[in-house]
Amino acid sequence: MKGTKRRILQDRIFQGTVLFFAMIALAPLFLILFTILRKGISSLSLTFLTTLPAPPGEEGGGIVNALAGTGIMVALATAFSLPPAVLAGIYLAEERERPLAKMVRGGLEILQGVPSIVVGILIYLWVVKVTGFFSALSGALALAMMMLPVITKSVEETLLLIPHSLKEASLALGVSYSRTIFKVLLPAGMAGILNGILLGVARVAGETAPLLFTAFGSPFMNLNPLKPMSSLPLIIFNYASSPYPQWHDLAWGASLILIFLVFVLNVLARLGAKKWRVKF
Amino acid sequence: MKNTTNKAFRLTLHMTALSVLLLLLAVFSSLLLFSLPSMKSLGWGFYTGRLWNPFTNEFGVLPFVFGTLATSFLALLMTVPSSLALSLLLGEYSREGGVASFLNSLIDLLAGIPSVIYGFWGMLVLIPLVRKVEEALRVPPFGVGIFTASLVLAIMILPYSASLGREVLKLVPQEQKEAAYALGATRYEVLRRVSIPYARSGIFAGFLLSLGRALGETMAVTMLIGNANILPGGIFSPGNTMASVIANEFSEATDPLYVASLIQVALVLFLLTTLINLLGKRLIRRGL
Repeated sequence: MKGTKRRILQDRIFQGTVLFFAMIALAPLFLILFTILRKGISSLSLTFLTTLPAPPGEEGGGIVNALAGTGIMVALATAFSLPPAVLAGIYLAEERERPLAKMVRGGLEILQGVPSIVVGILIYLWVVKVTGFFSALSGALALAMMMLPVITKSVEETLLLIPHSLKEASLALGVSYSRTIFKVLLPAGMAGILNGILLGVARVAGETAPLLFTAFGSPFMNLNPLKPMSSLPLIIFNYASSPYPQWHDLAWGASLILIFLVFVLNVLARLGAKKWRVKF
Repeated sequence: MKNTTNKAFRLTLHMTALSVLLLLLAVFSSLLLFSLPSMKSLGWGFYTGRLWNPFTNEFGVLPFVFGTLATSFLALLMTVPSSLALSLLLGEYSREGGVASFLNSLIDLLAGIPSVIYGFWGMLVLIPLVRKVEEALRVPPFGVGIFTASLVLAIMILPYSASLGREVLKLVPQEQKEAAYALGATRYEVLRRVSIPYARSGIFAGFLLSLGRALGETMAVTMLIGNANILPGGIFSPGNTMASVIANEFSEATDPLYVASLIQVALVLFLLTTLINLLGKRLIRRGL
């Protein structure tokens, strides 16, 4: 048995070490937030949000095309991924033990882990190569492929929280199976599904790699989903790699907006999860 | 009538579930199919070649496999102490209260920062710093390279691995810890003999999943690694990873063999990350 004093000392030293390394961990994280806030705020303005990027060397300019592009592509991606995700989520929750359900669960895990650049290549091969042009549509499909596992998982998990008695009551009243699902189970789990959508959007809103060979980016305002389109992460990547300080400023501003967006989505998802948690 | 709609509905559910598997199959078979030209023409030379030169049609994946593994493992190595400390802090020392909830939301916020922003920050803040370090060490001051990329990767995966570790540590049964305390154990002893052994496989799995993220990470690495298609000579020398070479060269590649070899790089990357992720997920499930 070691001496008590020594053991207490050992405990203190360990606690100190933990605190020390935790500080080391937090330092760069604080530094990143601080840099983005400081540099980002100075380039924010109304014109920044409402004008097109300026040519190199000129002052000013904004990111309105990227904002529109992110909005359009994320909305399209949600529209593409939501129906299959909801149906697959229902299947997984309803047919829990089937071999197919287990395989699908494993498949979704693999899909979720596919590196984003590989998703970009796949959509290039499946869509861009076939149609012959870069388009926002293909970018949205790439994002949809990344959202699918996230939304499916949260639909499944939400539906599992809803008690069987609710479903049985509906079926006992003679309501058909499909109506029971759509009119009883899905509305009861709506909050969880919305939550999944928010998390999915937060996950893909900042993705650059899947858009490199699909949406491609564009310096112009474009609302046509069949043409190349810019997005916040793409504009950050392009301007960050440029040698012009004015463009770096644009990239800082775009970074701040993007982080703010992801942050709001995450907070909404968390608040929503707390407030509308399925409880019976 | 009702019966047929029900049947149709169940069929639709089945089909959708099946289509998820078909999607996965399509992922794998497309990568395989489109890399066939390079498999045929390069054979095993693709895996053993140290040269990647599109002009002479030499495509060896070795520099990129090495770059991917080197950056990911270096990043993991740099993250482990800090991430463990942070998970111990938030999963054991200060689980509730203002500081804990502030740090928890900070970690969640940072986990959500897109990789391209980490890359941008690294370019403008980290590269000049690394350059100074390199000058002090008397190595060629590239600024970019394996080390810089690993450093940013380490910072990027830290929130993720710390939050996984925190969750695993919170699952250690309170009774077991209290039993140890009741026997007079100090907090250090409780952690060493009760909490960490209990959570060990979960913590390990968390690191595996973080590794999986680092392996597939594209943008930040592309912006910081220097994009040199060579086997890096040291940790400060520029290199390239599988993901970053695809990001850099895929849109410029026109020669069919060149395109096919890039797709084969994607195939290798896909298989590698999938392997690591499945291993991590399996460990987490078995451990909890």
